[in-house]
Amino acid sequence: MDLDVLQTIWFILIAVLWTGYFVLDGFDLGVGMLLPFLGNTDAKKRVMINTIGPVWDGNEVWLLTAGGATFAAFPLWYATMFSGFYLALFLVLVGLILRGVAFEYRGKGHTDAWRTRWDWAIAIGSALPALLLGVAFGNVVSGSPIEPLAGSAPDLAGQLNFTGNLFTLLNPFSLVVGLMTLTVFLTHGAIFLALKTKGEMHDVAKGVAIKLGIVAAVFAVAALLWYQAYSGHVAVTLPLALIAAVAWLVALFCILKGRDGWAFVFSAVTIGLAVATLFAGLFPNVMVSSTDAAYNLTIHNASSQQYTLTVMSIVALVMTPVVLLYQGWTYWVFRKRISTDMIPGETVTDGQLATTAH
Amino acid sequence: MSALDLSRWQFAITTVYHFLFVPLTLGTVWLVVGFQTAWVRTGKVKYLKLTKFFGKLFLINFAMGVVTGIVQEFQFGMNWSQYSRFVGDVFGAPLAMEALLAFFLESTFLGLWIFGWDKLPKRLHLSMIYLAAFGSMVSAYFILAANAFMQHPVGFEVDPETGRAVLNNIGEVLFQNTALVAFFHTLAASFLVSGAGVAGVSAWMMFKNRQVDVFRASAKTGAWVILVSAVLVSISGDMDMKIMVQQQPMKVAAAEALYQTQENAPFSVLSIGDLSGDQATNVIEIPGLLSWLATGTLNGPESTVQGINDLQAQYAATYPQFAAETNFTPYVPITYWGFRLMIGLGMLAALYALWALFALRGGRVPRSRFFAFSSAVIVLFPLLGISAGWIFTEVGRQPWVVFGRQLTADGVSPLLSSAQVWITTIGFTLLYLVLAIIEVKLILKAVKAGAPEDPPQDPHGDAEKDADKQLYFAY
Repeated sequence: MDLDVLQTIWFILIAVLWTGYFVLDGFDLGVGMLLPFLGNTDAKKRVMINTIGPVWDGNEVWLLTAGGATFAAFPLWYATMFSGFYLALFLVLVGLILRGVAFEYRGKGHTDAWRTRWDWAIAIGSALPALLLGVAFGNVVSGSPIEPLAGSAPDLAGQLNFTGNLFTLLNPFSLVVGLMTLTVFLTHGAIFLALKTKGEMHDVAKGVAIKLGIVAAVFAVAALLWYQAYSGHVAVTLPLALIAAVAWLVALFCILKGRDGWAFVFSAVTIGLAVATLFAGLFPNVMVSSTDAAYNLTIHNASSQQYTLTVMSIVALVMTPVVLLYQGWTYWVFRKRISTDMIPGETVTDGQLATTAH
Repeated sequence: MSALDLSRWQFAITTVYHFLFVPLTLGTVWLVVGFQTAWVRTGKVKYLKLTKFFGKLFLINFAMGVVTGIVQEFQFGMNWSQYSRFVGDVFGAPLAMEALLAFFLESTFLGLWIFGWDKLPKRLHLSMIYLAAFGSMVSAYFILAANAFMQHPVGFEVDPETGRAVLNNIGEVLFQNTALVAFFHTLAASFLVSGAGVAGVSAWMMFKNRQVDVFRASAKTGAWVILVSAVLVSISGDMDMKIMVQQQPMKVAAAEALYQTQENAPFSVLSIGDLSGDQATNVIEIPGLLSWLATGTLNGPESTVQGINDLQAQYAATYPQFAAETNFTPYVPITYWGFRLMIGLGMLAALYALWALFALRGGRVPRSRFFAFSSAVIVLFPLLGISAGWIFTEVGRQPWVVFGRQLTADGVSPLLSSAQVWITTIGFTLLYLVLAIIEVKLILKAVKAGAPEDPPQDPHGDAEKDADKQLYFAY
């Protein structure tokens, strides 16, 4: 296949991987952030954690796959972005470490102080990636200081590098994108909670979803409209953004009417459309340079060569459907709503101490 | 300290730390698979208890392995962007395949195993842990293939225009002998680590007179696992040595602090002094053994093992694109002692296994304080040994990050300030320290709690009918 075509395919595939990540981890990041606020009893907190317990780790793998695929398909993008957004990514990592450990360890201690500490580890650990990955995306699509390096390492002089710092990343547009991802994930999480729980928890989640959804709508509209100023293809991105806004309204309407499943579908569709908007406006760049358009990283100057892209295309073509199939099956296995009555009584909740229904 | 030195420290700290949890879980998950299979097949409740007990220890470690593993994937780009630019075309492929083929498998099916006891029929539930364990193995394979490329780069050419490596044969990258043997050796060593963990913990429980009949079975299993894996570790280690002497002769010379090329080279068991090569410092040596290990011969020209001095000159001639004053010798003390610790600690564990099997013979239950405390200590030996082995492998590759192609010093991200790297290095180190304390506490607590006295025999229900039933497992 033509190198051009392969590069375009991989650009789309990476957009798909990010969509998968934001749709899936988006809701468990949201549930994580809501944990200290919606769970006013330990039983409710545990209901919340257990709605995402079986799936959060698999969801997070979408991020690792997006990272790995970027490394394999666009190594120069990976190198420039990861070294450039250094401290922001460090904070994302700290967040992911905290929440990952917290899910497993929270229930293994006996004191309230222990659990409260882990609750906050989950909340902060979820908020950091939810906000900062949005900020990072804002910088990727709107541009950040990138210029070629004067000769340093042998053979690799002239590579494009990010020359700003953490504060360069915290520009108004990117912060609005970050607030969009933060609030959209909060809403998406609340909708997921409503879908997966019953009783009081369900009603609380539903009420919160609507309120958060309105806040998120403000940030999302602001970010996506502002983005049109940076977008390379307004004719595509403006309609996409408008459809995204409509989908969001439909999601909120559905949750209001008690159609939790449809609400979740439409909030997922909104996230997909928002990612599509950002990527469509970026194409064929992969990282915009605010220094000089000549220094943009593009699908052409940042990609791997034909052979690697072909090999990876075959692997992705075979494996992605398989992954989708078994991840889908997981959601089917754990499809039942849960409530506080269903949480086993023991605090230390490894199946061994818990007993079946009394 | 410069950003380069700090990045090296950071990579060392985060990687050594991550790799404590990897071998522990890589082997333990298969022991859990074994116990659960035994339960499903025999229906004996002691195997269910062991599944639960060691499953819990496994999960406490696995959580740490997962979260510290994310750092691994990010830091190639964050701290080593020039390396990533140079090898991305080749090295990125196995990493992406690892995520797509292994991480999804591992995480998804582990979630199903943890939460699925009452949701899936017995045998289907058992197959979940098989798939998760298989996923872990696949993951290990891809990352070792990627590492093997750094030890012995194959399947690529360097584009003269861009100076970047370009993949031209994925089969060679994935299936070169360096990768196959590293996988064999690392997997066998991981089983050794896990066998020691299971045997040590079980011996301690017998000493404490806790559920003796249950833990006698696992002590025996653990001891046998140690013994069999010790044999496999030796076989694969021998294969690795013979490949290494071909591919990275300097690493072998540094492992022995062998400065002069010689036939019938001895193996230095212990040495004193600074290993600088100025004088012979071996206190104990076994004549001819190094030649035997490296070449399979004892005497004559074919038993020649090259020394550091000759190799330095030879490397300088072979790699003229690197400055003539480049020091091609790795830091000898770490390489030398890392190699010895790896072998020594592994062998001690094997001896312990013989002792344990003797103590357990014919239905006996060892209760001596000496045996119990030795068991508690032996848990750590193979873990420290495998860590020493990898420190040896990676330090011994220096000054290269990709052997013969890129120096580690040239791989670092060019614009990082040392302040930035200080922040992340201190941040990761403190976070990891706190987590280490918490995780050890939890492990000790889980051991103290023992296996469940009366686990429900058949939690496997029908999700459809029991929609409102209490969950069998919840976080």
